[in-house]
Amino acid sequence: MNAALNQPAAAQSPPTIDLQAMLADAHVTEVIEQLDNELVGLAPVKQRVREIAAFLLVSRARAQVGIESEPPSMHMCFTGNPGTGKTTVAERMADILQRLGCVRRNHLVTVTRDDLVGQYIGHTAPKTREVLKRAMGGVLFIDEAYYLYRPENERDYGQEAIEILLQVMESNRNDLVVIFAGYKERMDTFFRANAGIHSRIAHHIEFPDFSCAELLQIAELMAARMHYRFDADSLATLRDYIQRRIHQPNFANARSIRNALDRARLRQANRLFARATRGTETSVDELTLIAAEDIASSRVFSPRQAD
Amino acid sequence: MHITQGTFSFLPPLTDEQISAQVEYALSKGWALSVEFTDDPHPRNTYWEMWGMPMFDIRDAAGVLYEMNACRKAYPDRYIRLNAFDATRGFETVRLSFIVNRPAEEPHFELTRAEGPGRRIQYSMRTVRPHEGAPR
Repeated sequence: MNAALNQPAAAQSPPTIDLQAMLADAHVTEVIEQLDNELVGLAPVKQRVREIAAFLLVSRARAQVGIESEPPSMHMCFTGNPGTGKTTVAERMADILQRLGCVRRNHLVTVTRDDLVGQYIGHTAPKTREVLKRAMGGVLFIDEAYYLYRPENERDYGQEAIEILLQVMESNRNDLVVIFAGYKERMDTFFRANAGIHSRIAHHIEFPDFSCAELLQIAELMAARMHYRFDADSLATLRDYIQRRIHQPNFANARSIRNALDRARLRQANRLFARATRGTETSVDELTLIAAEDIASSRVFSPRQAD
Repeated sequence: MHITQGTFSFLPPLTDEQISAQVEYALSKGWALSVEFTDDPHPRNTYWEMWGMPMFDIRDAAGVLYEMNACRKAYPDRYIRLNAFDATRGFETVRLSFIVNRPAEEPHFELTRAEGPGRRIQYSMRTVRPHEGAPR
């Protein structure tokens, strides 16, 4: 603690704070670098995470020299289309916030409407409190948060859950960081109906869609993690596949890519199996290779789908 | 009369910060915390009222203190204690238990004497609440 306070012996110049030492101490740069390396694209998100990290670090430095200030409100809202990495970033966020001393534990509790809202009168409040208690000291991630509020049913208990959430978000600010996540348009409707939540969330982060090149990079990364590889031929087919898939309905960014990859693995296994029954030998190389034909036989390339 | 029982009975009442530290310790050992309350601190009154279920899935002291404060708010004039239950095989018992709340005016104990068959004298202790008045 005292090492960071770097006061010259002469005491003539004003005391300085060694932010660098604090930065190194918290190992924040490592997490941010990891975020940069392991997550493709998402430039605005990374920028915001960096800003938040800087802000927290400075707040901590201020607190250390005794400058009074309100503890910063760290509640966040992630909006973006499906598969843009909201949950992945939330997991990293718990890590970053813990290293910066904003939350005490690196733990993330992921919940949806079902975990918060009860089925009958008097069931909601204890249920919501239970979840909040479990998340205390860490990060509470509410996925598809807009489901909490259902305007079409005026007797819906979601409102009750929202009220308890708000109350705890305010009163236990030091114990808990709440992250809401959902699709952009529906979250906007949600916030319009619950202005109180919108104003209590300090950080609204928008997750952009991935570009074709980024998706290709993601595919390679995922494949490498599963110990598969592409050759030049299959990579070209994959690029073609992604370009077509983007314009089709129900495209869910990285999630669609993962599903495509899973299906390609299935076809690869099928192909190798069929060859083995014909009596052909399989080399070790072939076990890890996803060939062009594994991707090309996808439904996306069939003319009926492509129209 | 300042009634003490449990783990830190020899200490002055713990502050919230100290309670929090004790809870952190219990959680780090994997013990489950629970909140209990009573209006009768008689030493033989082992089973206090439960405030909700024991908290088996809580990872941070803030959650326990949240429940403790809720109980304090509901029963400011009762005794409230925290128990830490160790589920490890071989223990399966409360490892830590201490009082976190006490009424402003505490009851005291009174020794009662009763004569049984054959002029045998039986002594027992009775809790006398503050406004119950002196016994005849």
